[in-house]
Amino acid sequence: MITQWKIFLAFFIPGILGYGGGPSSIPLIENEVVDRYNWLTVKEFSEVLALGNSLPGPIATKMAGYIGYQEGGILGAFVGVFATVAPSLILLIALISLLYKFKDSPKVKKMTLYVRPAIAVMLAVMAFQFLDGSYLDIGLWQTLFLCAASFLLMEKLKVHPAFVITGALGYGAIFLA
Amino acid sequence: MKQWYLFIAFFRVGMLGYGGGPSSIPLVHKEVVEKYKWMSDEEFGDVLALANTLPGPIATKMAGYIGYKVAGYAGLVNALLASIIPTIFLMILVLTSLSAYKDQPWVLGMTKAVVPVVAVMLAVLTWQFYKNGQKGLGWKVNLVLVIASLVIMEVLGLHPGILIAALLAWALFSPVKQKQKDKSAKEVAAAAERKMV
Repeated sequence: MITQWKIFLAFFIPGILGYGGGPSSIPLIENEVVDRYNWLTVKEFSEVLALGNSLPGPIATKMAGYIGYQEGGILGAFVGVFATVAPSLILLIALISLLYKFKDSPKVKKMTLYVRPAIAVMLAVMAFQFLDGSYLDIGLWQTLFLCAASFLLMEKLKVHPAFVITGALGYGAIFLA
Repeated sequence: MKQWYLFIAFFRVGMLGYGGGPSSIPLVHKEVVEKYKWMSDEEFGDVLALANTLPGPIATKMAGYIGYKVAGYAGLVNALLASIIPTIFLMILVLTSLSAYKDQPWVLGMTKAVVPVVAVMLAVLTWQFYKNGQKGLGWKVNLVLVIASLVIMEVLGLHPGILIAALLAWALFSPVKQKQKDKSAKEVAAAAERKMV
């Protein structure tokens, strides 16, 4: 029971302090599971993280699920994921419900409008980070080729991203190995 | 049937989003706005903006809220589980029994090839938000806000969540423009006149 409570705390704190989505909460998780509770060494943590990054899906919940499972079995996995996800989700639902009560007020309409450019910039910055990471990792020509091919497929030929991503996985397994 | 669609939509998002939750934002947009039409672009933008002002993983906040909106609390749990359970299961499986594969060059190559695809999807979504902003704000105000946001986030290093919170507060507390009020008043008067005729 003490272990489960510790798992809860270890993931609750990164969950409510990590702004900017899962990846930004990784150092906070490391702080809890490596420095405070000594469940993993720094090296083990970086190995779990590296593997988590090579698999699809949100990273914070993968870390919480795996580390929770390791420390407290299936229940531990559940507790870790719950602590990561629930607090921020409850806040979001409360906030949106409140906002949409006043949906037709001109001020709420203005809010929707004003944040749009900021979101565009935020997405652009993320796109740039992914591009830059790819350039450093696989070089200019591979990056350009994959960008051009996926743009053509998704935007011009309207292929669903599922197929494009699967295709990219196959391409990477053969040509980027 | 709705629950099944929710499950499939977020299962796809979870299994295809390489690079952590934020990289799955364009995938969520594709499923929720374009494919199943559960939300308009505006609403998606609102949810994304508010999700960003709050702490915690972004992908699960989006999945949870959209699931809730589409099909109540069962939908919330459904969408959430669909986006995280398969990948956690994969993680535990790989770490406990398939760890020999994780350093294979072809496994590393697979992940690398997806990064540029995610970049393109994010860029396309950026462009859509830019155009939507232009539609609502006019190109001048939109451009000014874009440049200001860029400077504030990248040069001054302020977190996007704080910027969005500030913009929301500004929209909330600044007075509604007189011009707009006049215009809507005129429209009402005109409509009344038409009725009379």
